[in-house]
Amino acid sequence: MTQIELRGIQKYFGAVQVIKDLNLAIADNEFIVLLGQSGCGKTTTLRAVAGLETIDEGDILIDGQPVQHIKASDRDIAMVFQSFSLYPHMTVYENIAFPLRATRMGRNDVDTSVREIAGVLRITGLLARKPSALSGGDMQRVAIGRALVRRPKAMLMDEPIGALDAKLREEMRAEIKRLHIKQGSTTIYVTHDQVEAMSLADRIVIMHEGILQQVGSPDEVYSHPANMFVAQFVGSPVMNMAPAIVSETGGHASVQVGGQPKGFEFPAALANRLADARAENGKLTLGVRPEGVLISRAAREGFMPVKAHIIEPLGSHDIVDLKVGDHMIRARTKSGFVPGAGEAVWARIDPAQAHFFNSATGSSLGIRL
Amino acid sequence: MATAVMTSLDTKSRSAPRGMSDIRIRNLFIIPTILFLIVFNIFPLIYSLGYSFTDFRASSNAPASFVGLQNYRALLNDPFIWLNFAITAKYVIISVTGQVIVGFGTAMLLNRDIPLKGLLTTLLLLPMMLSMAVVGLFWKLLYDPSFGIINYTFGLGSFEWLSNPDMALYAVAITDIWMWSPFVMLLSLAGLSAVPKHLYEAAAIDRAGPFYTFFRITLPLVAPILMIAVIFRTMEAFKTFDLAYILTSQPTTEVISIRLYKMAFQEWQTGRSCALAYIVLIMVLAITNIYVKYLNKVKER
Repeated sequence: MTQIELRGIQKYFGAVQVIKDLNLAIADNEFIVLLGQSGCGKTTTLRAVAGLETIDEGDILIDGQPVQHIKASDRDIAMVFQSFSLYPHMTVYENIAFPLRATRMGRNDVDTSVREIAGVLRITGLLARKPSALSGGDMQRVAIGRALVRRPKAMLMDEPIGALDAKLREEMRAEIKRLHIKQGSTTIYVTHDQVEAMSLADRIVIMHEGILQQVGSPDEVYSHPANMFVAQFVGSPVMNMAPAIVSETGGHASVQVGGQPKGFEFPAALANRLADARAENGKLTLGVRPEGVLISRAAREGFMPVKAHIIEPLGSHDIVDLKVGDHMIRARTKSGFVPGAGEAVWARIDPAQAHFFNSATGSSLGIRL
Repeated sequence: MATAVMTSLDTKSRSAPRGMSDIRIRNLFIIPTILFLIVFNIFPLIYSLGYSFTDFRASSNAPASFVGLQNYRALLNDPFIWLNFAITAKYVIISVTGQVIVGFGTAMLLNRDIPLKGLLTTLLLLPMMLSMAVVGLFWKLLYDPSFGIINYTFGLGSFEWLSNPDMALYAVAITDIWMWSPFVMLLSLAGLSAVPKHLYEAAAIDRAGPFYTFFRITLPLVAPILMIAVIFRTMEAFKTFDLAYILTSQPTTEVISIRLYKMAFQEWQTGRSCALAYIVLIMVLAITNIYVKYLNKVKER
C-alpha cells in the first residue's frame, strides 16, 4: 500500500531548470510510466523520488510523509538501473541477497527469500554465476530480482530494458508486466520508447523540457493528446500535422491543407465548435493519425483526389504518403491497397479522428467531432 | 600480426627514406638495454651464485676454494641470522600495515570532489620522490632528542627515538610509512576512482550503511590494485637498507640487508654473504609468489 505524491517539484542543474513545477499523484499499485525524450527531466524526477538527487523546491510524499530530506537508504524504495548496476564481484545469489543482508536479515530468511524470487524470475539455475557470465536479459532479471526481493514500498525503473536488443526487449516487457500483475507494487518506470510506455502503463506521464505535458491512460494519451508535442510523440508512425484553414461551403466545413484550394470535407458543426474554442482561423493546425486518413481507389462523395507519392509496405499494413498541395499526409492502408507510387487515389479525413491545435501555443482545442 | 608489423616498414614512416627497417630500429633500442642488463644484473647474479659455494674473501689474495653447501649450512644454523630475519619480518609487517592504513585512508579522503584535488595529490606524493638518504638524514634531525621538532610538537621532552633500542625499529618504520604511504595512496586512488558510481547508488538504494558498503563493495573492488601496492611495498621493505642504515645503528634495527652489507664489506666474507644474498632472494620470491597467487584469486572474483 504505497501512494507517492509529487508537489511543486523544481530542480535546477546550475542555471538550467530541469524540472518545472511538477505535480503528480500516484495511486497504490499503479504502474506509472514517465515518457519523454532524453533530457526531458524524467530520469531526474525518478532519481529525486529514489533519493539519489536532491530537489530545490517542492515536496515528495510517500504515504503522506514528506521524504525529500530523507536519505535514499531510508526511503525503502527499490530501483532498477539502466546499466543494471549488478555488483560484479558477487554471484547472482549474493547480488539478490545483498539488500537483505545489508539490513541484517537472518541467514535462513535470506535464503528463502532469494530462492523464492529467483523462482518467480526463472533464474534459479543461475544463482551461482557471476554477473559477467550472464546474458543481457538475465542480468536484467537479476537486477529486478534484487529490487523485488525485499518487497519495497515502491519500485523505480530507469529504462530497465533500454540496453537490450529489440527481441529481448519485447520479451522482458511482457515479463515486467507479468511481474507487476503478480507482485503488485507501486511502480514508476522511465522510458523514451512510446511503445513500451503504451504497453506497460496504467497511466502515462509525458514530459518535455522539464514540464509535464499530459497524464492519462495509454488510450487517453493516444486518442486525446493534450498538445502537439504529445500528439507527435505518442504513436508510430507519427501523427500528420498540417497548418489548416477552415471555411464553410455548401452546408459543410472545408479544411484546406497545404495551400490546396479544395479542402477536406468536415461536418458543418466544426465551424461553430472552432468559434466556441475561440480559435483564430489561419492559426490552426490539423492533426490526424495515419489510420484516420481514409482512402478510396475510386471517386466518392466527400473524398478528395490526391496522388500517392511513396508507399512503405510493412507487411501487416502499408504506409502511403499522399501529396496534398505542397504537404505530405501519411495514411495507413491494408497491404497492397494502393498498387504503386504515382497512383491517383481519393482521400478523406475521419472527422472523429481529427485533432485541432492552436498553432501558436500548440495546445489542443479539445474539439471532438 | 606482430611479426607483420616488425618485418615490413610503413612506407610513409620517417625512417623509411633513411633505409632503416623496423628490425634495425628495434635492435637499436633493445640491444643496449639487454647488454646493460647482462653486464650489471645477470652476470653478477650468476657469478655470485658461484661464489656462494666458496670461501672466497675479496680482501685477500688467497684463491677461492670450493666448500659446497657449507656457507648455506652455517648461515641457516646461525641464530643471529634468524634474529636478523625476525627483525626484518617485524619491520615489514609494521611498515607495510602502516602504509596501507595511512595510504588507503588518504585515498578515501581524496576520492571525492574537493577543490585543488590535483594540487593536493601532487603535494602528498612529494615524500615518495625524495632520495632515501636525504629522507634518512633529515628524519634523524626531526627525531633528535634535544632539538628535534617531533618531540617539541608532541611535548615528549627528550624522548629518545633512535638511541632507544626498543623504539628505534618503530622510528625507522614511521619514516618509511611517511615516505611510502603516498605510493599506496596513489594506487588506491586509481582503484577507488575505478569503482563505478552507480554501484554506490545501487548500494544506497539497497539500504546498505556506510560500513557495509565499504566492506562489501569498496574494499573487494579495490582489493586487486591494493594487493599490487602491498606486493611492491613488501618487497621493498624486505630489502630496506638505506633508511635503517642512516637513521640508527642499533642491533635491534639490524635488518637482513644491513647484516648482509656488514658481512660482505666489513667482515669481507664474500662467499658467505653471496650465500646469504641468495637466501634473501629466495625468501622474497617466495613471499611475492604467495601474494601473486592471492592476487590472481582476488582478480577471479
